[in-house]
Amino acid sequence: MAESTNNAWLHRFSLLTALATLLLIGVGGLVTSNEAGMSVPDWPTSYGYNMFALPFKFWQGGAFHEHTHRLIASTVGLLTAILAIWLWVWETRGKTRRNGALVILGILFVVGGMMGVRKNPVFVSIALVSLCGIVFGFFKIKQTSGLRWFGIVALSAVVLQGILGGLRVVLYKDEIGIFHATLAQLFLVLISSITVFTGKWWQSFSESKESLGLSRNLRWLATIVTFLVFSQLILGATMRHQHAGLAIPDFPLAYGKLWPATDPAAIQSINQNRLEIRDPNPITAAHILVHMAHRVTAFLILFGTAFLAFGVRRTLGAKALLSRISLIWLGMIGAQLILGIFTVLKNKPADIATAHVVLGAASLVIGSILTILAQKISVEPQNRMLHVSPHSSVKPVSNFKAALTTGK
Amino acid sequence: MKNQARWIAFLTLSVALHSATAADVTGTITLKGTPPPEKDIPMDANCGKLHAGPVKTRFYAVNDKAQLADVVVSLKGAGVKASGAPATPVVLDQVGCEYVPYVAAVQAGQKLLVKNSDPFMHNVHALPAAAGNKEANKAQMPKAPDLEFAFATPEPFLKFKCDVHPWMFSYVSVFDHPYFAVTGKDGSFKIANVPPGKYTLEVLHRKAAPIGAAVTKEIEVKDQSVTADVVLEVK
Repeated sequence: MAESTNNAWLHRFSLLTALATLLLIGVGGLVTSNEAGMSVPDWPTSYGYNMFALPFKFWQGGAFHEHTHRLIASTVGLLTAILAIWLWVWETRGKTRRNGALVILGILFVVGGMMGVRKNPVFVSIALVSLCGIVFGFFKIKQTSGLRWFGIVALSAVVLQGILGGLRVVLYKDEIGIFHATLAQLFLVLISSITVFTGKWWQSFSESKESLGLSRNLRWLATIVTFLVFSQLILGATMRHQHAGLAIPDFPLAYGKLWPATDPAAIQSINQNRLEIRDPNPITAAHILVHMAHRVTAFLILFGTAFLAFGVRRTLGAKALLSRISLIWLGMIGAQLILGIFTVLKNKPADIATAHVVLGAASLVIGSILTILAQKISVEPQNRMLHVSPHSSVKPVSNFKAALTTGK
Repeated sequence: MKNQARWIAFLTLSVALHSATAADVTGTITLKGTPPPEKDIPMDANCGKLHAGPVKTRFYAVNDKAQLADVVVSLKGAGVKASGAPATPVVLDQVGCEYVPYVAAVQAGQKLLVKNSDPFMHNVHALPAAAGNKEANKAQMPKAPDLEFAFATPEPFLKFKCDVHPWMFSYVSVFDHPYFAVTGKDGSFKIANVPPGKYTLEVLHRKAAPIGAAVTKEIEVKDQSVTADVVLEVK
């Protein structure tokens, strides 16, 4: 009984971390929507102060958004550290448990101490070590399928993510901002996966054979559309970090045409006639092409999710879990499309644009979960960790191994 | 002592001869066509209090005679040579959550002082594009000392922005010679002490004649002032 409670709390804690991450992505969206990413010129300090002790007089305008983003990011970092240690302690025992937890704590203290040095080479070194942590963690996941290694990857990723956010400020690199935005999405998917794997319904789904009949084509359709959503988020991040506002101000046409002109004369005319209050970088042909790619991909995703929802429902029936999730996904993509259209028609107001970012991240999470489920259900569930006592002799193994080894 | 006196006489004579032969290039920039209407800037509460009414964007500062301000005019030609930066700094102020002036020009190496005349904080973020000019981002509290900038490499419309108030922009063009000017409210400009010779007058405006689409005019300077009016067009 105690074990079950502990398990449930781990799941809830992981869910809390995922929600905090989604909130963080939302506030990050507010930062870019308000062009406020550089309003606090220093990092990891804020205006020379310890960021947790910044006087209220500095919390104004864009600085409010940026500083709030930093504080929530710190909270997500703390939650992730706790989650990583919790997963480690849950899955291991004896010396492995004690030493592992001590090593994680030790690394956190060392990283915290190194942050105090406040030199860019130190930050870059921490980022590289974090990257190594991610690679090593994935290697161990493939090797052992232990959820604890998901925790290690998440912890390494959150450190890397924090450093990327800081380096974007102190190195003045927009490109880092795009990586920062992309890694945020992947991190959310990772934490959401941990939340799924620690949930009770994951276990009952594993035991259920209601959806074994899902075809290979549908399984791969879910995977491909999820990758399309991820690509779409990268395109969106690229558009946001160009600081040029809306490259195309009308919808459903683009500058009154199905496909806009991008010759120099057309670009000059566009720039002469656009008066952007917050995004003064001139529009280029590349900006327009990226925007068009975003629109085309949006419709591909809509058709993909619609086809998937229809196919899964026809194959498994309306009551199957996958049918319900794919229908929810379709609804989210539809809503996302509407938000995207309003972002254009209303000239990118910060609230609508930010809602577009948040729903995009949530769509990626649902797509990823659907992919994990779709790729997994065609195999027999293997031994699992969550219903096994940490003191049992059974080796704790996550079901994710099944998904990894049988994804065809 | 005698040598020193000769040198002083020589230099005085040189300067006098130069002044006698150099001339001014003057003119007016006008705008043909109707620019899009300026937008109201949605300022936050703090900044809004500093203005009696809505504040407009300043993309096309054109008067009722179609004369266009904030146009950067400069010369190109054999006679245009780099010179030492003047000691007088150019001043950029932050007033009512706007940069004043909106468009300015400096010589490479010349000091650019940024003031904060507002009762709250701004951050001054210089975003150069040319290699050799360093990006800088500094917070500036009210009544804080002026921030000092200088740029080594010529660059048109080097952008300054405040990320705390993301509608605040100013553009500073950097030249490696002294033959440039920014048009005033009446669209007029004056480039002083231009040595005789043939030049290309280059006219840049952020919207009407942006980088890559500068309007040019060939002129010849002799011993008298030259007038060169230019018309920019918005399509």
